[in-house]
Amino acid sequence: MGQELKVIVFKLGTEEYGIDVDKVETIERMLPITRVPKTYSFVKGVVNLRGVVIPVIDLRGRFGLPETENTDQTRIIIVSVEDMQVGFIVDSANDVIDLDTDLIDSPPEVVGGVKAKYLDGVARISEERLLIMLNLSEVLNKSEIIQLEGLEG
Amino acid sequence: MDMNQYLSMFIDEANDHLQALNENMLQLESNPEDIAIVQVIFRSAHTLKGMAATMGFEDLASLTHQMENVLDLVRNDKLKMQDFIFDTLFKSLDALQSMVQDIVEGGDGKADVTSIVDNLQAIVRGEKPGSSPSGGAAGASASQSQAKTALELDEFQQSVLEQSMNEGHKAHYIEVTVREDCQLKAVRAYMVFDLLERFGEVVKSYPTVQDIEQEKFENSFSLYYITQKDAADLESMIMNVSEIGAASVMPLDKESLQQLVSSASSQAAAAVETPEKPSAPAQDQTAAPAAAASAAPKDAPAKKPAAGGAPAPSRTIRVDIERLDVLMNLFSELLIDRVRLEQLAGEIKRSELTEAVEHMTRVSSDLQNVVLKLRMVPIDTVFNRFPRMVRDLAKSLNKKIDLVITGAETELDRTVIDEIGDPLVHLLRNAVDHGVETIEDRLAAGKQETGTVQLKAFHSGNHVFIEIIDDGRGIDRSKVAAKAIKNGILTEEQAKAMSDDDIALLLFAPGFSTAEKISDISGRGVGLDVVKSKIESLGGTVLVTSTLGQGSKFSVQLPLTLSIISAMLIKTGDEKYAIPLSSIVETGLIKRSQIREVHGYKMIPYRNANIPILSLKNIFDIPGFDEENEEETEIVVIRKGDRLAALTVEEFIGQSEIVIKNLGSYLPAVQGISGGTILGDGQVALIIDPNAFIK
Repeated sequence: MGQELKVIVFKLGTEEYGIDVDKVETIERMLPITRVPKTYSFVKGVVNLRGVVIPVIDLRGRFGLPETENTDQTRIIIVSVEDMQVGFIVDSANDVIDLDTDLIDSPPEVVGGVKAKYLDGVARISEERLLIMLNLSEVLNKSEIIQLEGLEG
Repeated sequence: MDMNQYLSMFIDEANDHLQALNENMLQLESNPEDIAIVQVIFRSAHTLKGMAATMGFEDLASLTHQMENVLDLVRNDKLKMQDFIFDTLFKSLDALQSMVQDIVEGGDGKADVTSIVDNLQAIVRGEKPGSSPSGGAAGASASQSQAKTALELDEFQQSVLEQSMNEGHKAHYIEVTVREDCQLKAVRAYMVFDLLERFGEVVKSYPTVQDIEQEKFENSFSLYYITQKDAADLESMIMNVSEIGAASVMPLDKESLQQLVSSASSQAAAAVETPEKPSAPAQDQTAAPAAAASAAPKDAPAKKPAAGGAPAPSRTIRVDIERLDVLMNLFSELLIDRVRLEQLAGEIKRSELTEAVEHMTRVSSDLQNVVLKLRMVPIDTVFNRFPRMVRDLAKSLNKKIDLVITGAETELDRTVIDEIGDPLVHLLRNAVDHGVETIEDRLAAGKQETGTVQLKAFHSGNHVFIEIIDDGRGIDRSKVAAKAIKNGILTEEQAKAMSDDDIALLLFAPGFSTAEKISDISGRGVGLDVVKSKIESLGGTVLVTSTLGQGSKFSVQLPLTLSIISAMLIKTGDEKYAIPLSSIVETGLIKRSQIREVHGYKMIPYRNANIPILSLKNIFDIPGFDEENEEETEIVVIRKGDRLAALTVEEFIGQSEIVIKNLGSYLPAVQGISGGTILGDGQVALIIDPNAFIK
């Protein structure tokens, strides 16, 4: 029996993803986003979250998945990693579960189109339910973005 | 002189120095060989000593002085840092801290530090200090007070010691500790006395011999002893008595005796004045904050009369500037809500609501003033080092110069204060070196021998002005113009068309120096351009005016605060942006037919010149606005230094005070965007940095 981990569950398409609840500051419905020009395509802009200006990225875009229209279910998950606050736009977020860390296996090469290095592992919660644990520091790794940008440019 | 006004400053600085001492000592402990750290510690201690002495806190000063003696040996490589030295120094720091604490609480900073002073002196003499301070924390205060009383020699005893020293005997200060598990302390003590009496004479002991015989002592006792024997012999002799835990023998010479006696007597005086004192600092050191708080009111009435009824110092606290930033953020949120409320109240049109909102508006603008004030620091903190600097400069240049400072109480935002020092130093040096003439030149020009440099600071509107005015030779227009032409900055025709002030501004161009000879102080041609860019980075401007032969005036204009600025809000397409007013020259309307192509750049005529015209829509790829099809277009003329450019926008919204926020550390810097601000409707508008558009 490993440690208990509280995880926020959100969806991109049909896949379910998990983020350690300690890293999540708040989950918001869509907020008015101010576009920031001349930046990465997946950076949707900045929002005003109770007086603090926070950049928001489209997690689909970040993982190279096709972007979709926002719906009623669309949420912004504000995470805080290494003194950096960033909002993730996700398709929906409506679950918190307790997870036994023993259930987390190291990830296969690619899961649902997301490269393994962005992942901490995959947890099998039940027979038909897989939870993909995100490695936030990798997702928010700036040096990698700069390389990525260099390739695009 | 009334010292009270300086007291709070002293307390703040003393605390800072103690903090620095502590940190550096810790560092030194991990690198005992690093003499550089010792130097830093020494300087801190030295400053503290000076401050304490000026303020009349003798005990503080004398203890620091002793620490300095030790540190001096260390930094001169005469003493190696060792554990016991560290311990003693740390103890000294603790003692200093409790003294300062005492001063904060309205006391006079006196405390019993004799045993620490003793140990420090012993270290200076190259010995290991006595065992008493090495006892546990609990025992420390007890042994301290013992040592204190023990050291209180009366004149007779002192002269006995001195005489015997003159006659070639040796005097020692001995401390003996009986083992804790000892059953018959008095007997062991008697044995020690008996032993000592055989080889010499005990001059004084603490506790008294009678008390010792009746076992009225803790575990240790101390005594002054005259003998022919050596310290080491004595120590081993005493240790041979069974059940003796420790014995330390400290040889005395006349000097140390003198010091002991004098500090002991001042100690005694202190003890008479404020009987509670010795216990109070010890309490503060160990007690939890709650206990200290409860102790404070109890002590306060007792201390008041002792301090001569002096009023308590005005208490200042130092607050981390980040906390003030948080406060500022919260407040700006409130401002945004206020604007929203005002809008709603305007729509709903209920008089009660409108009244309530109006009241809130008034309160919040008062609050805004308070919050902004919190970050304000008098510019004196920058100015105060200038008199000395100007004096030294004038001396080295063989000039006579009076520096007249006015408006040193003018307050500026802390962040501006931190940055403005260097540019001002440059400008002052410039005035002293290039502005004011030598004595001979001045006399030849019919001026007074002594030149005057005025340094003025004052508020005006949302800005602070700092002026540096000298009555020197002024700026020679022809020289500056000639130099500019030679450097290829200007053509002759351009130079002729320029006003005197414009010519003077050339001094701020990079690589420009008109001084014929390069002096140590200024004139390398670097400097003024750095000054200018620094001031501009703070959102300020610098101007110069000059009359040949009569002097020049450098005028620096700075914003009061960096976190709230005046800005013009504009709209293009669906997006709103804010442009800082400080970089806007004017706004206007032009016909698109006026736009011409020159070498592939779009230009418009503007006041006898052509300036480039830029499209905000194109720069930021803003959707939803088709400016090409407009007949007329709104422009904002922006400037960077003296270069201008026009920026096309769709619509002006209006002028507003905005609170600058950064866009979060995740986003890389975007060229042309300096931050964001939150508008009345809760949306974020980006702040345009026009400097990025003008190359």
